[in-house]
Amino acid sequence: MRREIPLAITGIVGVVFVVQYFIPHFPFSRMNDWFSDWFSIVQACAIWLGALNLLKISAQKIAARKSDWIYSIVIVACFFLIVIIGFIEGESFRGQGTAFSWLYDYVYTPLSATMFAILAFFVASASYRAFRARNFEATLLLGAAFFVMLGRVPVGDMLTAFLPDGYRLSALASWVMNFPQAAGQRAIMIGIALGIVSTSLRIILGIERSHLGGE
Amino acid sequence: MNPIRISLLNLPLSRCLVRIAIFSIFFGLLSVISISAQQSADTANAVPDSQLVEFALSPPFEVSAKDTPNDGGGSITVIWQRSADDLPNGIVTEYRVMRSNADQPEVFAEVGDVAAGETKPTYRYHDGNASDDEQYYYKVAAVTISGDDAETTQEVVAESDVTGPVSSSAQWFDWRRINAFVGVLLLCGFIMFYINRAKAGKKIFIRKIAGLDAVDEAVGRATEMGKKIFYIPGTQDMDNVQTIAGVTILGRVAEKAAQYDTWLEVPVSRSLVMVTAKEVVKEAYAKAGRPDAFHEDQVHYLTDDQFGYAAGIDGMVVREKPATIFYMGAFYAESLILAETGNSIGAIQIAGTGMPSQLPFFVAACDYTLIGEELFAASAYLSREPKLIGSLKGQDVGKGLILAAILLGILLETFNVWNFSSLFSVIN
Repeated sequence: MRREIPLAITGIVGVVFVVQYFIPHFPFSRMNDWFSDWFSIVQACAIWLGALNLLKISAQKIAARKSDWIYSIVIVACFFLIVIIGFIEGESFRGQGTAFSWLYDYVYTPLSATMFAILAFFVASASYRAFRARNFEATLLLGAAFFVMLGRVPVGDMLTAFLPDGYRLSALASWVMNFPQAAGQRAIMIGIALGIVSTSLRIILGIERSHLGGE
Repeated sequence: MNPIRISLLNLPLSRCLVRIAIFSIFFGLLSVISISAQQSADTANAVPDSQLVEFALSPPFEVSAKDTPNDGGGSITVIWQRSADDLPNGIVTEYRVMRSNADQPEVFAEVGDVAAGETKPTYRYHDGNASDDEQYYYKVAAVTISGDDAETTQEVVAESDVTGPVSSSAQWFDWRRINAFVGVLLLCGFIMFYINRAKAGKKIFIRKIAGLDAVDEAVGRATEMGKKIFYIPGTQDMDNVQTIAGVTILGRVAEKAAQYDTWLEVPVSRSLVMVTAKEVVKEAYAKAGRPDAFHEDQVHYLTDDQFGYAAGIDGMVVREKPATIFYMGAFYAESLILAETGNSIGAIQIAGTGMPSQLPFFVAACDYTLIGEELFAASAYLSREPKLIGSLKGQDVGKGLILAAILLGILLETFNVWNFSSLFSVIN
């Protein structure tokens, strides 16, 4: 039963989701919303599992003085700080001028922005590796990237100002993005869509069971 | 005999009467003239009757109402032809749709309006507030505003004939999606056919996928180096099919890690993924005959936050320097942050995602990348189970059909033979 019940639930829910796309009649018209609501409820309850797991792992690390245990202290301290402030401030914890919103605006947001900003440097280092002209394909990539990047900035059009309007670098960049790039991306997306259908069918039919913990 | 005299005027009575008559006639004439003049002035200030009479606004015509097709009920579609005065730069400003129900058919209330001035002659309005059990009557009014200033402005309305009765109902099939239905049936048919063929023992060829062939090598490398394997199942929850595919592959990787006795660590960003991944890894270890090697802490939760998760993993990667990192699932902007950090410590990295915008980042930063569909094929490829391999073959046949349709579409549309692309229109 441990395997059969999850399989049955997966199969029924999967079939309902497919069927509701084609049948607008009640109750199928509402089933998508119902299942989404149920998922949100399960998800909200499950957050405790994650939070408790994080605390447990961190506490164990601190207790056993494992390597880098000092970071676990930061995790636990931040966890309790935000939870306690949230509880103290009650329902209005998100309001203007609360300690919770101060932490959110002046600690959390800058930290997230910093992580996102690091992406700029990683893009530069990854591009440097990707655009090395090691073989024909890489050289093609390098050439396309060079013209697209140049075409996306004003200097590209300045350099090709002697050409008619539709033949300048910005037009070339748009052409590369709208045709060869879009065609390649769509080919990948068709493959992904078929892969999703195939995987979904395997799961609905119970052929694929690895996600339930084995065959 | 002396005539009777009026003492005040000292005039005989007859002469008084004559004078009174003359005055009366004079003032009478004066009153008539002044009243006429006042009336003339009023008439000059008022909107001429002729102007209102001439404002004969044409009503919309051929008004019909029907149950909105392919919906879940509660909606009636009203269709009408535009008023003769609704031309480019015409005078009709809007159409007012009015409804009455069967209980009081003559009492109409406005249910909505549609702006006039469309280029098409036919207008539509979807009344989404209908009740399926009730019958309704509809009429449509063309509306315009006459007059130039606040005093003279007035609304002129020309109503159509009443249409009805009509009622809404829910349909059992959305016929606009018949193409998708046929496509799904065909694809499922092919997949089922090849699954049955595979089950019957027919040999099915599957092309090599370098990224999946490298899984053994990647796990082996970690074993040789005595270092950890990190497995990152994306940042999305279990309702995302890419996460399911990622967790499915995790089972295969965990089995190999258990066989090689290599520590596998799975930091996750969603609680439900943690629960599922824990179960999958536990089962994989049991399947490999190493249930004792499984530790609950192998699969652990970090945070739901996108960049918090990226920061957490980056920290672990830099500190613990795993030999191998797998990225399998749905990723967004954190993909390159993770993959470049892994690259910087020299880990062998295998990535797979169905997010087209993140694929270039993984290709640039990882040793192997499963591009789109390869992520979904990975479980079948790694397990070599006939049933799963059969589904891949069916998927490939579907891809072949789409390719043929694209080629045929290019030909037909180029030569404008038939509106072939309309067969593939999708209703969201």
